[in-house]
Amino acid sequence: MSSKSQDVEALVGQKYRHGFITDIESDSLPPGLDEGVVAAISKKKHEPQFLLDWRLKAFRHWQTMREPTWAHVHYKPIDYQDISYYSAPKAPANAPKSLSEVDPKLLATYEKLGIPLHERARLAGVAVDAVFDSVSVATTFKDKLGKAGVIFCSFSDAVRDHPRLIERYLGSVVPTTDNFFAALNSAVFSDGSFVYVPPGVRCPMELSTYFRINAAKTGQFERTLIIAAEGASVSYLEGCTAPMRDENQLHAAVVELVALDDAQIKYSTVQNWYPGDANGLGGIYNFVTKRGECRGRNSKISWTQVETGSAITWKYPSCVLKGENSVGEFYSVAVANNYQQADTGTKMIHIGRNTKSTIVSKGISAGHAENTYRGLVKILPSAAGARNFTQCDSLLMGPKCAAHTFPYMEVKNPTATVEHEASTSKIGEDQLFYCLQRGISAEDAVNMIVSGFCKVVFKELPMEFAVEAQNLLSVSLEGAVG
Amino acid sequence: MLEISDLTVRVAGKEILKGVNLKVNAGEVHAIMGPNGSGKSTLAQVLAGREDYEVTRGSVSFEGRDLLALPAEERARAGLFLGFQYPVEIPGVNNVYLLKAALNAKRKAAGETEVDAYEFLTLIRQKMKFMQMSEAFLTRGVNEGFSGGEKKRNEVLQMLVLEPKLAILDETDSGLDIDALKVVSAGVNSLRDAKRAVVLVTHYQRLLDYVVPDQVHVLSGGRIVKSGDRSLAHELERRGYDWLLESRVA
Repeated sequence: MSSKSQDVEALVGQKYRHGFITDIESDSLPPGLDEGVVAAISKKKHEPQFLLDWRLKAFRHWQTMREPTWAHVHYKPIDYQDISYYSAPKAPANAPKSLSEVDPKLLATYEKLGIPLHERARLAGVAVDAVFDSVSVATTFKDKLGKAGVIFCSFSDAVRDHPRLIERYLGSVVPTTDNFFAALNSAVFSDGSFVYVPPGVRCPMELSTYFRINAAKTGQFERTLIIAAEGASVSYLEGCTAPMRDENQLHAAVVELVALDDAQIKYSTVQNWYPGDANGLGGIYNFVTKRGECRGRNSKISWTQVETGSAITWKYPSCVLKGENSVGEFYSVAVANNYQQADTGTKMIHIGRNTKSTIVSKGISAGHAENTYRGLVKILPSAAGARNFTQCDSLLMGPKCAAHTFPYMEVKNPTATVEHEASTSKIGEDQLFYCLQRGISAEDAVNMIVSGFCKVVFKELPMEFAVEAQNLLSVSLEGAVG
Repeated sequence: MLEISDLTVRVAGKEILKGVNLKVNAGEVHAIMGPNGSGKSTLAQVLAGREDYEVTRGSVSFEGRDLLALPAEERARAGLFLGFQYPVEIPGVNNVYLLKAALNAKRKAAGETEVDAYEFLTLIRQKMKFMQMSEAFLTRGVNEGFSGGEKKRNEVLQMLVLEPKLAILDETDSGLDIDALKVVSAGVNSLRDAKRAVVLVTHYQRLLDYVVPDQVHVLSGGRIVKSGDRSLAHELERRGYDWLLESRVA
C-alpha cells in the first residue's frame, strides 16, 4: 500500500517550466512604502489629480489596517518596506507605441511562455495585453476591437484616454477600504488591463492578459477593470507566470467587473505563478481580490479559475447579484502540491429578486499541500426566490496532504433555495489499479482520473484554454511512476 | 498457458495463500470455488499484479514468461484480463475513452497502430449489442452510477473488446439476475477458443450451468484442496464445503 502512495507522490513531483529570468534593464523604485512612493508612482504615470487623491486615501486607510489572519495559510510576516512597488522594463526611448518598438527580449520572453503575441495572436483570434512586472507591454488587436467600439488597453492608457470611465467605475466594486490587500493595491497599483464593451456589443474575440513577474524583490499590483454595458458580452482570460527565485514575491491584484442590464462577463484564469520548490522555498504569494457586480437586470458574471501555481493563494472571486434575475457562477480547480497552500473559494451575495448562483469547486491536494475551500452564500431579505447550488469536491493524492472545506451560508429570505454538496476522495489505489489492469500506464491513468475529476470545470473554459489547462495539469502531475 | 507453483502470498502481514498449484492450458475453462475468505479474490488480484500483496514464495509463468516480474500494466498488455469483483467508479472519465485507451495501449505494445475512431465505435457498438447494453452507456463515466449488474456487464464488455488470452473473472456472476447471467455467460462463451483460457472465480454452481468448465477446483484455507471435473461443482452445491474441510489432514 505504501509503495503505491509513494508512486503517486513521485508522479506529482512537478517541474516548473516558466522559471527563466529575462535579463533586461529595469527602472525601479527602491524598496519601501510611504506617501512619497505612492505619489512617485502616480507621477511616473502622469496621472490626474483625482487618481492621486484616491491612491493616498487608500494608503492612509491601509496604514490603519492589519493583515488578515483568518485564512488557513501559514507564512512568515511580510516586510512591506522591503518590497519595490514599481518596476518597469527600461525602454530605449519612451514607452513603445507599437509592437515593433517593444524590446525584442521581452517579446522573446512571451514567446517562451507560449503567449500568442504576434501573428499567432491573429491566428488564434485572441487579443492579448501583456503585463511584465508593473507595466503593460503591448496590447494586440487594438484596431479590430476599436472598430467594434470595444476599449481594451492597459490601465495606464485608460487613465489617460478614458479618465471619466475610470473615475466612474474604479473602486465601485472593490472599494479602497475593502480589505488589507485591496487597500494596498489601490495605493500602489502600477498597471493592469481595462476593458469597456459598449451597449449591445458582443466582443468579437476573446480578450486575454498575460501577467509575468520578472524583477527580483518586486511586488506586482495590477488592477483590472472590465465593464460590460447594457446587452454587451465579453470573455476574458488571464494567465500568470513568474521566474524561479528563492525569496517569496508578493502579488496583490484587484479585479473589478461590472455587468449592466442583460450584460455577460466570463472571466477565466489560468494561474501558474511559481509555486516554490519541492521543499517550499520561494514562490509567489498570491493575495488577490476579485469581485464582479451584476448591477443590471438579467446580467451574468461567470468566474472560471484553474489555480496550479503560487506558494500561497488567497483568492475569492465573488459576485454581487444586485440586478433582478442576475446570475453568478464560480467554477474552480485548485491544485496544491509540495508545500503549496491554497485558501480559495467564492462569495455569492444575493441582493436582487430571483438571483441565481452556482458554485463548483474542485480541490486537488498532493505532497504536503493544504487546500482549503472557503465560500459564502449570502441571501439578503430583498432576494426573494434566490437560488444557490454549491458543490465542493476534494481529491487527495498521497497521505500527507490535506483538504478543508468551510462553507458559510446566511439566508435571510425564506423563499430562497440553497443546496450544498461536498465530497472528499482519495485518488483511489483501486482506480489506479483498475486502469493499470486495463494496460493503461500509471501516468496516463492519473491524468485520466484527475481530468475526469475536473471535467465539469474545464468545460467552462474557452476551448483553446481548456486545452492549455489540461496540459498544465498534466505538467503538474508529470514525473512518471516507478 | 498459466502455471502456478507453490504460490504463497501475504496481505497486510497475514498469509492468505499457502502454496497454490494450478495449471491452466490454452482452450480450457477452470472454475475456482470455495468458502468466503479462502483466498479466491487474493489469487485473482495477485495474478493481475496488485502491488500491496506480497509474494513470499512460489512462481507463476504465463506463456513461458515470469508473470510476477511484470508490472500490472504489462501483464494486461500481454493478454491477462481481470474482471473485477467490485469494479471501481471513475467519475468524469468516459467509458469509451477508457476502453479506447486500454485497447490502444495493448495495440501499441503489440507494435500495432492506434485504432481508428470509426472502426472503434463500430466495434464497441457491436459488442454492446451482444451484451444488451444501451447506447446511453457510451457517454457515461466509467461505472459511474451503474447498478451492480451493469458494472458486471461492463467488465465483460471490456473483456470482449480487449480479447485477452487469459481472462480471470472474479465473481462476475454475483448479483446478477437470471437474464443478466445468461448475457454475461454468452459473453464469456463467445471468447472460448483453442487459443484462450478462462478462470472463473465463483461461489455458485449456477454460472457453471451456462459456462461449462473443464475443471473445478476448491480453494480453502489458502490451498487447493480438491480438483475434479464439472460434477464436483454439483457435489459442492449439494454437500457444501464442510466435508472437504473435515477430510483435510490438519
